[in-house]
Amino acid sequence: MLVGHQTWTFENKPVIISTGTVGGPFEANGNIPGDFDILHDDTWLEQASFEKSQQMMMEEACQVAVKKSSIEKEQVEFFISGDLVNQITPTSFAAKTMGLPYLGLFSACATSTESLALAAFLINANGANYILSGTSSHNSAAERQFRYPTEYGGQKPPTAQWTVTGAGCALVAKKGNGPRITSATIGKIVDMGITDPFNMGGAMAPAAVNTIETHFKERDIDPSYYDLIITGDLGHIGREVSLDLLKERGLDISDQQYVDCGLTIYREGQPVLAGASGPACSAVVTYGHFLNLMKKGELKRILVVATGALHSPLSIQQKDPIPCIAHAVSIEAGSDLT
Amino acid sequence: MADKKKKNLPPDAQEYQAFQKQREVKRPIFKNCIKAFLVGGFICFIGQIISTFYIHFFNFTEQTVGNPTVATLIFITMLLTGFGVYDRIGQFSGAGSAVPVTGFGNAVISSAIEHRTEGFVLGVGSNMLKLAGPVIVYGVFSAFVIALIKTILIKWGGL
Repeated sequence: MLVGHQTWTFENKPVIISTGTVGGPFEANGNIPGDFDILHDDTWLEQASFEKSQQMMMEEACQVAVKKSSIEKEQVEFFISGDLVNQITPTSFAAKTMGLPYLGLFSACATSTESLALAAFLINANGANYILSGTSSHNSAAERQFRYPTEYGGQKPPTAQWTVTGAGCALVAKKGNGPRITSATIGKIVDMGITDPFNMGGAMAPAAVNTIETHFKERDIDPSYYDLIITGDLGHIGREVSLDLLKERGLDISDQQYVDCGLTIYREGQPVLAGASGPACSAVVTYGHFLNLMKKGELKRILVVATGALHSPLSIQQKDPIPCIAHAVSIEAGSDLT
Repeated sequence: MADKKKKNLPPDAQEYQAFQKQREVKRPIFKNCIKAFLVGGFICFIGQIISTFYIHFFNFTEQTVGNPTVATLIFITMLLTGFGVYDRIGQFSGAGSAVPVTGFGNAVISSAIEHRTEGFVLGVGSNMLKLAGPVIVYGVFSAFVIALIKTILIKWGGL
């Protein structure tokens, strides 16, 4: 049901019956290795290119999610996913392998919540029974597309972020046991004129603030409704800027309540500068780490706000600012709802 | 230029950028300069050792030793780039490892490695000078301009 202009509430409360998360060696060495289903010790995955290895990770994440559930792959109706690489080819090839009807998305790092919101909407409206929703990214594939060759010795500023190598996938169903998706807010493009692609946290912060503010206003709830408000990949700078902005707008969010996937996935001392980024960042941390905490009963209600910087190398070279977006999805523990 | 661009922004964007700027982590310029100085100096020191070695043990003079020295340095860079070490040195030392000839070598070699997946012609061949190309273009062009100025001054300036 549409509430306000941008928010859906899902009265049938679609369920995340299982998830699949895959990571690379850098993630295995990070803060939450126990929350991954599969960890690879090589970023190539014995493939001929980084793009192919990203495709492999996406396929593995989907297969794990299906395997962990009680259903067969043939019962899944749709695959909704996207990634960062030109024309989202790793995702499309993964969709070919999965052999499922496929909707390809691009919202850069906000693709994870965009696909989850659309999956929940389709299931809530009886458009499907089972949907695989996920996203992937690969550090080297993203580096070579958006920045410099991976072995190039350029110095990055302290505001730069590290793209996660991995894939995360959620199997959303009409019925079953698991965390439930209760609402989603689709964000607007926010452009504050920032042109520095090495400061995406600072560029994306206003988009996150806009979506979070709209979500609370349209659902008519307080920030205290959620145990955690989880942003996708704002990093140190974006998190601080957005929290200050939210407080300025009168939203009472405490420091502990406001966490960022980009600051959760890696440990102190890994050379990630301002934090992690990439579509897989919010996907693996949410579907792995935070949903595991929810299953343990440590979290009841979370709001996941994945943020995306929708620039291209071309638009940056043509001196265009970075258009940013954030989509929010609320997930609540299953027990007190059924 | 930057100021002019800022003036065209709506007021809320200008306000936000000022707000964001306060929280942004600045590049540690002084620390970076020191590191660049030390690493850059160290690379030059190695270059000097190689030069002296060639002059001493081979038949090179101070005028002719430049080419073999540069070739040796680039060969070392190639190994360091291929083994994935040079990008780490680069992140540490910035201009220190980018400005010497090793930085130029790294720019060419890293692009060549990166585009190997697209084949030897359209991949390696067309992308090898992707980063180093501008250096060659503007290097040659500025040399031409300087030569032109020098010629004019000598011919008509009476120098």
